[in-house]
Amino acid sequence: MANIPQRIIHEYLRHDKKFPHVWCAGCSNGIVLGAIIRAIASMDLDRDDIVMVSGIGCSSRMPVYVDFNTLHSLHGRAIAFATGIKMHKPKLKVIVITGDGDCTAIGGNHLIHAARRNIDLKVILINNNIYGMTGGQCSPTTPHDAIATTAPYGNIEPDFNVCNLAMGAGASFVARTTAFHVLELQGMIKDAMEHPGFSLIEVISACPVIFGRLNKKGGAPQMMKDFRDNSVPLAAVAKLPPEKVEGKIVRGILRREIRPEYCAEYAALSKRVQAMGGE
Amino acid sequence: MPKKDIKTKPAPKAKATKETLAVKPDSKLEEIQATRERKSVLMQGNEAVAYGALDAGVNFFAGYPITPSTEVAEILSAELPKRGGVFVQMEDEIASICAITGASLAGAKSLTATSGPGFSLMQEGIGFAKITETPCVVVNVQRMGPSTGMPTSPAQGDIMQAKWGSHGDSPAIVLYPASVKESYELTIRAVNLSEKYRTCVILLLDEVIGHMRESVRLPDMANVRVINRIKPTVPPNWYKHYDENQKYLSPLASYGEGYRFHVTGLTHDSHGFPTNKSGEAGEMMDRLRKKISYNMRDLVQIESYQMEDATIAIFTAGITARAAKAAIAMARSEGIKVGLLRPLTIWPFPDEAVRKMLRNVETVIVPELNQGQLIHEIQRLTKDKSESNLIAMQRVNGQLITPNDILHKIKEVS
Repeated sequence: MANIPQRIIHEYLRHDKKFPHVWCAGCSNGIVLGAIIRAIASMDLDRDDIVMVSGIGCSSRMPVYVDFNTLHSLHGRAIAFATGIKMHKPKLKVIVITGDGDCTAIGGNHLIHAARRNIDLKVILINNNIYGMTGGQCSPTTPHDAIATTAPYGNIEPDFNVCNLAMGAGASFVARTTAFHVLELQGMIKDAMEHPGFSLIEVISACPVIFGRLNKKGGAPQMMKDFRDNSVPLAAVAKLPPEKVEGKIVRGILRREIRPEYCAEYAALSKRVQAMGGE
Repeated sequence: MPKKDIKTKPAPKAKATKETLAVKPDSKLEEIQATRERKSVLMQGNEAVAYGALDAGVNFFAGYPITPSTEVAEILSAELPKRGGVFVQMEDEIASICAITGASLAGAKSLTATSGPGFSLMQEGIGFAKITETPCVVVNVQRMGPSTGMPTSPAQGDIMQAKWGSHGDSPAIVLYPASVKESYELTIRAVNLSEKYRTCVILLLDEVIGHMRESVRLPDMANVRVINRIKPTVPPNWYKHYDENQKYLSPLASYGEGYRFHVTGLTHDSHGFPTNKSGEAGEMMDRLRKKISYNMRDLVQIESYQMEDATIAIFTAGITARAAKAAIAMARSEGIKVGLLRPLTIWPFPDEAVRKMLRNVETVIVPELNQGQLIHEIQRLTKDKSESNLIAMQRVNGQLITPNDILHKIKEVS
């Protein structure tokens, strides 16, 4: 590690153990990891109190690289594992790293129930519209008509709007941005970390090597430019004519409201029951 | 907003409060606690499991309702909040096994209870707990399968699944009680072994044991032996999540204690980081195996009943062993020398005790409520077919094998 330039992110990486990473050139996962680390570093949190839990997939390889308490769990089950950790030790800050397949296909049930409970987990869903690790199969967020290795003639299924799904299930903090808008992402992560309740940030990300290649997206730089050109901030949506918003990625904090948080509710119940039993 | 309603209500008076509690203060558990060792209490196997879990120090339960195990969840939902423990009703059994594994990594003693269909769903999670060497206990109150089967009828069809249900090789610790009292004792033992050996321990109950009521006298808490996981004493940068140097029993740190370790279901090195090196992969697999095979004396528990002079042996577990005991009493009164060998630890299989049995008797009868599971293990240990005759006795129709059935078989072969 002698010649590595020391930046803030390097203080948080397990650089002597687990690099080089597994991600392809042009992948957005590293950008998201950097944003997470910078957000946490700016908050003066004790890293002993941070747990990063993931499922299976490209994005779910993230925990191994960072010097937190880390758990690389089962496909789709990150939120279920995180629920156990958080309920036993509510003082821990539990971040869930997941992908579109991991969280909305195999793990969809855990997502909606954790959102419903409003348990204080920070779910960062990196949505690259495809199963990358297994080589490019279509996922619940693969756009209609897009090509995937299991949709060689075009995907006939409609895709999930992940943020609407989370809001419908009761998530109290929901935000969306892209891997291009990295400072915005960093700010959202900080906001989510400070929010007391179930938080989901959808990061639209680039998989140039598989999704991009199959769908002729023109490589990583072009995909980043597309994120810039094809997204609108939430604040601008109301001012724009509908045709200018149609088909664009709406970025911003879509919901932030305070609702009773699950661990706090449980602690209150436990206290109430104990007070009753003691009399 | 139920929370606000509660807060804005004036604090109720003491007596009124007691009446509003779902569990009255004079609940059965408190009655038991007050009179332990002095008084017998009528209780179900599932109740005994719940009380055993509490006495063993279980402070985290995540589960999903399923017949015939639900009473375990119901009792713990009432008792755990009183003691500062956590009860969560999850969205399914997959979430349940994952939540108890996560809680255990954060330091909890955790347990879940289920039955056939739920146990099938949990298999991937059980494999994860085993490869990551995370203590937890899964109680499977067996019902008749396959599939939805007969939810309120007994069967002993999950014996092989308890060992082989999760993909890949994964040595198992599985305990099998035959009474309500033993359900209590083996629940404590299951929790203790999970902590000691850092693995997912499975407790198999028969449906009829889970729901049967028997008079039980629980031991005083002072006589309950509770084992807690070994905590690391080294500074964090010396900590190895899988330390091979201590007879395969290694210390376990918890999340939030400064150790910042990594846990993965990928094949990993001794620090817990994923590896593709065949040497490290082989070491990990060896370690999982040796942890069990080097500690057989501690793990294996077996009851040998009237075997001293027996020429016929019955080998079976759980409720069928109770029928066998009754049959033995009847057969002995007619002068037939018959005994019972009953494993309380069904996995690892008690090879040594079974070999001894096979050497000493002429005939072995294996009654079981399945289409042949235990008998395969006996066959595996029968090197020479002439050693003893092996008689299968199987029933899967929702009915038990009765003492008379076994007696009939004993007379047939004697």
